[in-house]
Amino acid sequence: MDLFKKIFSIFAAISFFVSLALPAQAKVEGDTIILGAAVSLTGKYSTNGEHTQNGYNMAVQRINDMGGVTVGGKSYKFDIIYYDDESDSGRAAQLAERLIKQDGVQYMLGPYSSGLTKAMAPVTEENQIPMVEANGASRSLFTKGYKYLFAVLSAANQYLEVAIDLAVEKNGGNPVNIAMAFEQDAFSQDVRIGVVEAAERTGSTIIIDDKLPKELNDMAATLAKVKATKPDVLVVSGHSKGALTAIRQISEMKVDIPMLAMTHCDASKLAKQHGKNSEYALCAAQWHKTLSYSDSFFGDGQQFDKDFNDMFGYAPPYQAAESAAALLVYKAAFERANSFDKEKVRDALAQTDMQTFYGNIKFNDTGQNIAKPMVLFQVRCEGDVCANRVVAPTKWASHELVHPIPSWSTR
Amino acid sequence: MDFLIFQIPILMVQASMDGILLGILFALIAYGMALQWGVMNIINIAQGELVILGGYIAYFMYMAGIHPAFGVIVSPIVMYFVGWGLYKTIIFRVVDRDLFISILATFGISILTQQLMNFVFGSDVVVAQSNFGTTMLFNSMVTLPNSKIFAAVVSVIFAMLLVLYMRRSKLGRAIRATAQNARAAKILGVDTESVYAATFGINAALCGVAGALIAITFTLHPYVGLPYTVRSFMIVIIAGLGNLPAVALSGMGLGVFEEFSDYILGTEFRIAAVFLLLVLILVYRRFKLARKREYLK
Repeated sequence: MDLFKKIFSIFAAISFFVSLALPAQAKVEGDTIILGAAVSLTGKYSTNGEHTQNGYNMAVQRINDMGGVTVGGKSYKFDIIYYDDESDSGRAAQLAERLIKQDGVQYMLGPYSSGLTKAMAPVTEENQIPMVEANGASRSLFTKGYKYLFAVLSAANQYLEVAIDLAVEKNGGNPVNIAMAFEQDAFSQDVRIGVVEAAERTGSTIIIDDKLPKELNDMAATLAKVKATKPDVLVVSGHSKGALTAIRQISEMKVDIPMLAMTHCDASKLAKQHGKNSEYALCAAQWHKTLSYSDSFFGDGQQFDKDFNDMFGYAPPYQAAESAAALLVYKAAFERANSFDKEKVRDALAQTDMQTFYGNIKFNDTGQNIAKPMVLFQVRCEGDVCANRVVAPTKWASHELVHPIPSWSTR
Repeated sequence: MDFLIFQIPILMVQASMDGILLGILFALIAYGMALQWGVMNIINIAQGELVILGGYIAYFMYMAGIHPAFGVIVSPIVMYFVGWGLYKTIIFRVVDRDLFISILATFGISILTQQLMNFVFGSDVVVAQSNFGTTMLFNSMVTLPNSKIFAAVVSVIFAMLLVLYMRRSKLGRAIRATAQNARAAKILGVDTESVYAATFGINAALCGVAGALIAITFTLHPYVGLPYTVRSFMIVIIAGLGNLPAVALSGMGLGVFEEFSDYILGTEFRIAAVFLLLVLILVYRRFKLARKREYLK
C-alpha cells in the first residue's frame, strides 16, 4: 500500500512539473501552428456549436491542402485543440484558462454565442492572447476596450437597422410606426438598441415595445396589440424560439402587418418548419451564399455552399461561413506578421483589410468588423417550397422586396 | 403601465379567452402533479421534462407523416410506461424519504432527461403543424387558434376521464385509499408499491397528453421544460391537493391574470406578476392558518 502511495506521489509530482513546464513551449510545434477553441458540442448551443466547429475544420483542411501558412519562408499547417464548453459560460472561461495555461495555446478562436465569448474574452485579454471570433455579436464585446479580440461578424445592433430604413423608404421617406418585441437576453437587447437608434434617426415612433421573458413561448398578447394598433412594421428578435413562435401565432391570429422583420430565420429553419406561413418574413443574416464576395481559398459563396455540403452533408448556415472566415483572417495575419510573436500577430490582425467569400473584413479599434453590411432576405415560396431570397442591400438583391405583405384573407 | 386594453375593450375579450385556453392546458399538467404529490408526497421537478418528452413523441409522429393530433392518444400510452419505468428504477427508492431527497432525485431526472433529449433530438427548436385554422369572433377582432381550442377541449376530456376512473375503477379506489393513509391501505391489502408505480405512470401520461398539445400550439426544445414545472407547481400551491375543480379554476385564473398583467404592466412583468400573486396567496394562507389555530385554542 505504501509503495503504491509513493509511486502515486512521484507520478503526481512529475505530472505537476510537466504541466508547469508546458506553457513555456511556444504553440508552434514542428510545422504546425496550434490554435485553441472551446465550442459547444453538448448543451443548448450544440447545434450551432457543431456548425462553428465544422466551419473551422473545413477552413483548416482547405488552408493546409493549399500550402498552409508561410512564415519566414517556411510552410506551416494549422491544427486546432478543441474542448467542449457544454454551452456554459463558466465552463468556457475555465477552458480558456486551460487552453492558455496548460496547453500553452497562444492564438485562440472564438466559441459559439455572445454569452460565451463574453466569458472567454476577459481571460484571453488578461493573458494577452489574440482571439479571432466569429459568433459573438453582442455590442458589449466592443465597448470594454479589448485589444486582443477581433470579430469577423457584424455587431448585433446592426442586425435590423436596415429593416427600419427599408420601411421608411417604402413609406415614401416618411417616418413609420414601429411595433417591436425583443427577448430579454444580451443579444436581442443589442438588436433592440440598433432599432431604437434607427427609429430616432428616421423620426419614427415606437408604439409597442415589448420585452419577452426568456421562458415565454406565447406572444399572443403582443400580437393582439399589434392587430389593434396597426403599425407599419413589426420587429421580433428572440432566437429560434422567438422566430418560430412569432410566425406560428401571426398566422394563427391572422395578424396583417405591412412588414415583418426578424432574426434567426436561418437557425430556426423557419421556411422549412412553417412553410407558406412564413412567406414574406424579412430576416437579418450575416451572410448568404448568393453574395458576390470571393477569395482564393473557397471561391465564392456558392462554391463554399457546395463544398461544405459535400463535406458535411448539409447546407452551411452563416455560423459555419463566418467561422471558416476566421481562419482566413488568421492565415493572412500570420503571413503579414511573418512571425509567431503574439504581439506581432495581434498588430497584424488589427491591420486586416481583406475580402473573403464571407465578406470584407476590416477591424476598427475595438476589434469590430466594419467592412461588411448585414443582408436582409425575404422568405419566398414557389408552390410548397419556400426559400430565403436576398432583397437588401440592393447591390446584392436577387429578388424584389414584396411590400406590403398581402393580407391573410388573400393568401 | 399601458392602458391600451381599456381604450380598446375588445382586447379584454381576447385576453380573457387566451388566458382561459392557456390555463386549461396548464391545469392538466398541474392535475398530474397534484395527483402524484398527494399520493406519494413527491414534488416532481421533472414534470416539465415529461411534458416536453411527450411533445417530441407527437413531433416524431408528425415527421413520419401522421397528423400530430393523434399524439394525444399515442403519447400518453408511451409516457405511461416511461413514468412506470422511472418509478421502478429511481422513484421507489425515495418515495418514503423526506421531501428534500425526492426533490433532489427528480431534479436529477430533470437534468438527465434534458441532456438525453438534447443528445437524441438535437438542440433545434421544433414545431408540429396541425393546420387546424382559426376561429374569428366579433367581426374578426378576436381570433382564437383552433389548435388552442382543441388543446383545451382535449385537456377537459382527459381530466374528466381521469376523475371517472378514480371514482369507478378498483385501481382508482386503491389510489385514493393510499393517498388518505398509505399504511392503513397496506394493512387492508392494497399493494401500495404498484399503486405508486401506476400513479407515477398516470402523471407521466397526463404530461404526455399536454406535451402533444404543446407541440401543436407552441414550440418544443429540450430545455423549455422548467416553465411548465413552475407553472403547474404554482397552480397546485394555489388550488391545494386533490381538488380538481380548484385546480381547473386556479389554472384558468392564473392564465387570465397573466394575460391581463401582460397588457397592463408590460410583457416583461407578466411572469413577475404571477410570482407576486403566488407570494400574496401564500402570505394570506398563513394568516388564515394562524387565525384557525387561535380559534382552536
